[in-house]
Amino acid sequence: MLIFDHSRPGRTANAQLPSSADDISAVPEHLRRRVPPPLPEASELDVVRHYTKLSQLNYSIDTQLYPLGSCTMKYNPRVCNTLAKLPEFLGMHPMAAEVAGQGLLACLYDLQEILKEVSGMRAVSLAPAAGAQGEFAGVAMMRAYHEAREDVAREEILVPDAAHGTNPASAVMCGYRVREIPTDRDGNVAMDVLQRAVGPRTAGIMLTNPSTLGVFELQIEEIAATVHAAGGLLYYDGANLNAILGKVRPGDMGFDVIHLNLHKTFSTPHGGGGPGAGPVGVSEKLLPYLPLPLVAKEAGEYRWLSERDAPASIGRLTAFAGNVGVLLRAYVYARLLGCEGMRRVAEFATLNANYLLRKLIDAGFSAAFPDRRASHEFILSFKAMAKERRVTALDFAKRLLDHGFYAPTTYFPLLIPECMLIEPTETESKQTLDGFIEAMIRIKQEAETCPETVREAPHTTPVRRLDEVKAARELNLTFKR
Amino acid sequence: MPFIPHTVEDVSEMLAAIGATSIEELFDEIPPHLRSSAEVRLPAGMNEMEVIRLVMELAAKNRNLLCFAGAGAYEHHIPAAVWEIATRGEFYSAYTPYQAEASQGTLQLLYEYQTMMAGLTGLDISNASLYDGASGLAEAVLMAVRANRKSKARRILLPKTVHPVYRQVVKTVVKHQRIELIELPYQQNSGRIAPATLAAWAGQDVTALVIPQPNFFGALEDVDALADWAAQNDALTIAVVNPTALALIKPPGEWGERGADIACGEGQPLGVPLSAGGPYFGFMCCRKDYIHQMPGRIVGMTTDRAGKAGFTLTVQAREQHIRRGKATSNICTNQGLLVTAATIYLSLLGPTGLRRVASRCHGNTRRLVECLETIPGVGRLFDGAFFHEAVVRLSQPAEQVLARLAEKGILGGYDLNRHYPELGPALLVCATETRTTEDIEAYAASLRAILTA
Repeated sequence: MLIFDHSRPGRTANAQLPSSADDISAVPEHLRRRVPPPLPEASELDVVRHYTKLSQLNYSIDTQLYPLGSCTMKYNPRVCNTLAKLPEFLGMHPMAAEVAGQGLLACLYDLQEILKEVSGMRAVSLAPAAGAQGEFAGVAMMRAYHEAREDVAREEILVPDAAHGTNPASAVMCGYRVREIPTDRDGNVAMDVLQRAVGPRTAGIMLTNPSTLGVFELQIEEIAATVHAAGGLLYYDGANLNAILGKVRPGDMGFDVIHLNLHKTFSTPHGGGGPGAGPVGVSEKLLPYLPLPLVAKEAGEYRWLSERDAPASIGRLTAFAGNVGVLLRAYVYARLLGCEGMRRVAEFATLNANYLLRKLIDAGFSAAFPDRRASHEFILSFKAMAKERRVTALDFAKRLLDHGFYAPTTYFPLLIPECMLIEPTETESKQTLDGFIEAMIRIKQEAETCPETVREAPHTTPVRRLDEVKAARELNLTFKR
Repeated sequence: MPFIPHTVEDVSEMLAAIGATSIEELFDEIPPHLRSSAEVRLPAGMNEMEVIRLVMELAAKNRNLLCFAGAGAYEHHIPAAVWEIATRGEFYSAYTPYQAEASQGTLQLLYEYQTMMAGLTGLDISNASLYDGASGLAEAVLMAVRANRKSKARRILLPKTVHPVYRQVVKTVVKHQRIELIELPYQQNSGRIAPATLAAWAGQDVTALVIPQPNFFGALEDVDALADWAAQNDALTIAVVNPTALALIKPPGEWGERGADIACGEGQPLGVPLSAGGPYFGFMCCRKDYIHQMPGRIVGMTTDRAGKAGFTLTVQAREQHIRRGKATSNICTNQGLLVTAATIYLSLLGPTGLRRVASRCHGNTRRLVECLETIPGVGRLFDGAFFHEAVVRLSQPAEQVLARLAEKGILGGYDLNRHYPELGPALLVCATETRTTEDIEAYAASLRAILTA
């Protein structure tokens, strides 16, 4: 039932509204709306009940294990939300932040400092509203750097084939051509290909480390040396920072520019698809190009830096200061954890992933890289099962929903056929992981004894498997009476 | 250990299963000299009591000012139910609905949101949102370049009456796409796009014309004439609109003979708190012909294997996770939680409520301007109709006046000198439905005292 089905002409949620309408005769007739907008006419209880019921159709971290690889679906501490929603923060108009928001700017300044330290970079800008926007900002800074040196022949960005789709998309938005670098058998960048690919046209390389294959890139220092020697720069996609938080710093690996996903590593809520925050960090040479605004501390007072202070900045990415409410949540989280707590994040995320990987290998699942340590995530391949039992990774994922688990990422990275990328995160207990292992084993048996049940999964969710082809062919994107 | 549930026993059992003697051993593939943990200098962790005290003390250093500023972010009343429901864990802690069967709540809500936004703008379809109004406009410009196949020039007419920071963001985002951004001046007396300056582009290859409504000065543009000009010159029309205003003013889909092609804008007024500038969300709607050029997530209705209606992400062949370097945009999420709030907000307000809010904002700003005009040296800078913002000239530099007002606990507006120095000392002021007659009188009295002292 849609909210529109609750609608009855003349019904309102009166308590919410100004008591009466105001005179609009000063708005010329020809600029006015003739027909009221087709919004639902419902009571407050109708609305509360409808959306409460809708919420109950979702799987979420608060209700289920959500082992979605490369997304770091860890527990979102409630206190982060409570404090970010203090009226002193929530009620602040963006134009008031400097004159009346010294407390807010202090939080943001401290967060810049914390992220700088934990990433080993020279400075951080909190401006990007999401990881993809951080990527855009990072690549734009690389470009600004080369252009400032009049090194304009560099028109290519190297991207490993295991990279997130956003990497090539961001490079293209910055006007670059993308050259894919393959992966070797152990999950590392194919060094020989890389060596042949780098040269005077290389603007830089975008890397995720640990990579999306769930392993640490062993040749990272060699890659850095090779790319730097050719005059290129190294971009760090922070999607997997959770695996090494507080233990290994991207700056120490030789990266010139990074973005962090605070909605992953710093546990801000994913909110059904956003908001995120994608701060960028840079080494000394990219400092002048950081996106605005930045928070500065001068004689104990905080202020926003603008174009006047940073004339070489790549500019602004949103109308105001990025996703401030997300940044506040990340700040609270960082203060709760502190130095020790951050290191523990990496340690226990890694422990959980390796435990899960070992137990699943022992149960007969095939790992993409059985001889490697898992980072905070790992890949299983269902290629054999798909071939022998006609049960695909997707079928398997759907059947997990019936066992009360959200499904891992499927069919990514693209280079491993029939794959599942599993990331348990550090906030899950051994008992929860054991429950997941048990479900995996049961589904595996089921795939052998009654594969039909797996192929037709899910069976217990609010809807059964949906027809995506129909959705794309017979587009129905809005409700029409 | 904060948020880590492992007991000592768990850890030893898990290590035994792995065949490792310590957690540290699990990092043995990483060169030891890269393991920098000893060098990371960060404050020690805190418990919840300590962190609450710390952040409350910082929050106390903020002052909440009585707000008469708009300029792209508006203080509206948010019904209590909106965030009570939006922060339910099932919405708050879920992610992008990749597994549709386990995400029907979010997906159905997005479908309802798309329906409401398409209805508000009078266009066929909506995406599931973008980061904010400014980045949404940048995406709309890129989209128009892809969608207008008749145009080869990649030329966008971007009036100075569009929010100045939106224009900066557009510049940042499209910088490397060989797109020509042409600034259109405004009429001195009305603060609206000067039709004469458009005439110079007639008959030339123009890819799109951006039309703000209301514009940055709060003034209402002559949208029919502007959209008709665009249609006659084979340019697409990109509308940048305030969603609250759409309860009262003509929706983009009805502009001129043909209607606008793309509408975008800042969704914050729909139930999202000011929060010092974010997170907000950008909305985007368009004609259905352009769906394959639209950036961002889109939800569609379909059926499951038993024939039951359900919802799923669709038209994903535009997106980065499939198209990689050939995607319509690098965007890979929407602003889900804010859209959740906006959908609940619009459901609670309905057509009657949104119209009341919009008309009250308009009325309050009218009364504010009338009140301020009685102060010597203060007056409206532009004639003509406005929605809920207006430009008033001052007899003293706006920066100083704003600082004095802030001392009295008032955020007096937006200093236009930053981006429009040619206007002289001038403020952009706004009074939403949350301001009372007493608030307005208090502002006027403070301003009078400052200017006549």
